[in-house]
Amino acid sequence: MYRGYIMVCSGPNCGHTLGRLADEFEVQIKMAGLRKEIQVIRGGCLGLCGSGPNVIIFPEGTIYSHVQNEDAARIVSEHLLKGGRVEDLLYDENQATGAVRCLEETDFFQKQTRIALRNCGVIDPQSIEEYIARDGYAALYKALSEMTPDGVIETVLNSGLRGRGSAGFPTGLKWKYASGNRGKVQKYVCCNADEGDPGAFMDRSVLEGDPHSVVEAMAIAAYAIGADKGYVYVRAEYPVAVKHLGIAIQQAKERGLLGKHIFSTDFSFDLEIKLGAGAFVCGEETALMTSIEGKRGEPHPRPPFPAVKGLFASPTILNNVETYANICPIILNGAEWFSAIGSEKSKGTKVFALGGKIKNTGLVEVPMGTTLREIIEDIGGGIPKGKAFKAAQTGGPSGGCIPASLIDTPIDYDNLTSIGTMMGSGGLIVMDEDTCMVDIAKFFLEFTVDESCGKCTPCRVGTKRLLELLNKITEGRGTMEDLERIEELAAFIKENSLCGLGQTAPNPVLSTLRYFQDEYVEHIVNKRCPAGVCRALLTYQIDPVKCRGCTACARACPAGAIMGSVKNPHKIDNEKCIKCGSCIEKCRFDAVSRT
Amino acid sequence: MDEKGIIRNFDMLQAVKERTLLRLDPELGKKARVVVGLATCGVAAGAQGVYDAIAAELEKQGLKDVLLVRTGCVGICQFEPVVEVHLPNQGKTTYVHMTPEKAVRMVDQHLLGGNAIAEYTIGTKQ
Repeated sequence: MYRGYIMVCSGPNCGHTLGRLADEFEVQIKMAGLRKEIQVIRGGCLGLCGSGPNVIIFPEGTIYSHVQNEDAARIVSEHLLKGGRVEDLLYDENQATGAVRCLEETDFFQKQTRIALRNCGVIDPQSIEEYIARDGYAALYKALSEMTPDGVIETVLNSGLRGRGSAGFPTGLKWKYASGNRGKVQKYVCCNADEGDPGAFMDRSVLEGDPHSVVEAMAIAAYAIGADKGYVYVRAEYPVAVKHLGIAIQQAKERGLLGKHIFSTDFSFDLEIKLGAGAFVCGEETALMTSIEGKRGEPHPRPPFPAVKGLFASPTILNNVETYANICPIILNGAEWFSAIGSEKSKGTKVFALGGKIKNTGLVEVPMGTTLREIIEDIGGGIPKGKAFKAAQTGGPSGGCIPASLIDTPIDYDNLTSIGTMMGSGGLIVMDEDTCMVDIAKFFLEFTVDESCGKCTPCRVGTKRLLELLNKITEGRGTMEDLERIEELAAFIKENSLCGLGQTAPNPVLSTLRYFQDEYVEHIVNKRCPAGVCRALLTYQIDPVKCRGCTACARACPAGAIMGSVKNPHKIDNEKCIKCGSCIEKCRFDAVSRT
Repeated sequence: MDEKGIIRNFDMLQAVKERTLLRLDPELGKKARVVVGLATCGVAAGAQGVYDAIAAELEKQGLKDVLLVRTGCVGICQFEPVVEVHLPNQGKTTYVHMTPEKAVRMVDQHLLGGNAIAEYTIGTKQ
């Protein structure tokens, strides 16, 4: 029976192991007279290859790293004989591996400030206890026990929080407008979780990862304005979000945090989920409320604003998921804490869904005023394949693009508006040099044409005509006059549409026209798509010098547009060519080109 | 104090918080916590299979003290499925692009053996 063991790593993996290190320890132990007390074990790889060779002393479990033959004598005398430790050889986990091991150490994470996403990916969203362990429902308790309803509104107002859904209306002001006649009239609190922008998934992530933060914040809002009933309008395409929210509401009811006499006070609040059927227009507040009422989801003119006459003709406030996710930290930490984060006129943080041509796709939360460059290069990891950044689209189909020349713009509500786009809900789609800006404008316009509810003519017909003009340009039939017609029609749609959908629908077109007019002109005048995207404008050629006449392209061509005989250069008949690109993929000699 | 009952005041809220912190923070509770991202992005990347594989391997190895927890999206969608392992006194390790096979190896080497598998962690993948 030995008193202890020395395990000397002798695995071949790292290339650091010294064949005779274990032998050296045996010699030193013998010389120290410990041969009957300590046994040397030649262990396999420990997996700590960056710091090898490693030696572990048992039963203590002390790990020594980078141990050389000459260190053996020291370890034996200091540790085994004297019972001390050889400090300079001790294994230092952080230094030894040198590698980032957890998310919190990555640049991606460290450049972020997480308020709305504070619990996402941390807690079990199906456990109200874990939410409470992260100070959940403490804000509701504070509001009910220490603050008046007006005090809550004052705090939200002073925090500078603005709506995270689209336009950035001050949240506290919205609550204030709805706060009159508390206790005398029926009021409602609603949450807009009808996230419909292409590429946006912030609200889904909050509902899936931290549903209680929305439930609690809605209860606080209800207390502030004097409502006792709330609805979360969430799209049915988010089954996990719907499930988690349903569980959260159920748990809150079981714990008495929803329902009658919350925290033994007079305040009562009940919450219900309403499923949206996927119509984009139902993200517009008046259409959303009409849909909750069980009617066809169509917008109606404002005023009256929902704060005066909203759901079921009662005063109603509607906030977005991310807005609510900010409320509890504001109540707990105070308005000053929140307003210290962000830029002068836009306080706090914003969550962005990074997508498109970027390395780190995903969700990021950064303080307002962070530049686009920091988001794309530092957090997003830059553009893949070494391509050049061309533009970023924010605000989805209602927003516009930010060109490379404005990459250092600090992102907040006002800056984005001044450069012709908007914050929107936070979708951020990155585009590289291979993206055609006319095609992008067309993509978003196709979306709004599909999603226009059809109630008002400027939107229903106007967006369709606008799309036809863009189609004309991308098919090579455009004229310079069309650019003027686009601007004129766009202005008309913006001014005359009934709701936000139509009023903002031309933005992607106007913004690409503003920053990439040369691309439009190139399509019109030279019938050329610089990015090589618009199919009708592409031509394919075969370089007769490079072509070996292997016939691979001719066999691949589905249109029979490639002529030529074996071992002779082939030729493409551009009349027949459907521009599918099959020939380029098949050619092994790089002879086919696209211009 | 009842486990599931109505929370009527601050003390009751605080009691739930303190009790649950032992689950949430391995440094306090002295129990390993393994968290699997099971939001839509994780599920789409195959996280449910990873979760099931970990659950089965924990059962097989008799690791009853390890808390296996589902969580939401931590934001690194391109790295899903993501598994985070937090052992008391050893900090947190973020495993990315996990598969059921890698997950089984993680249970055996990291949870059972005490050695994180560096090649599966986020730093190595970046």
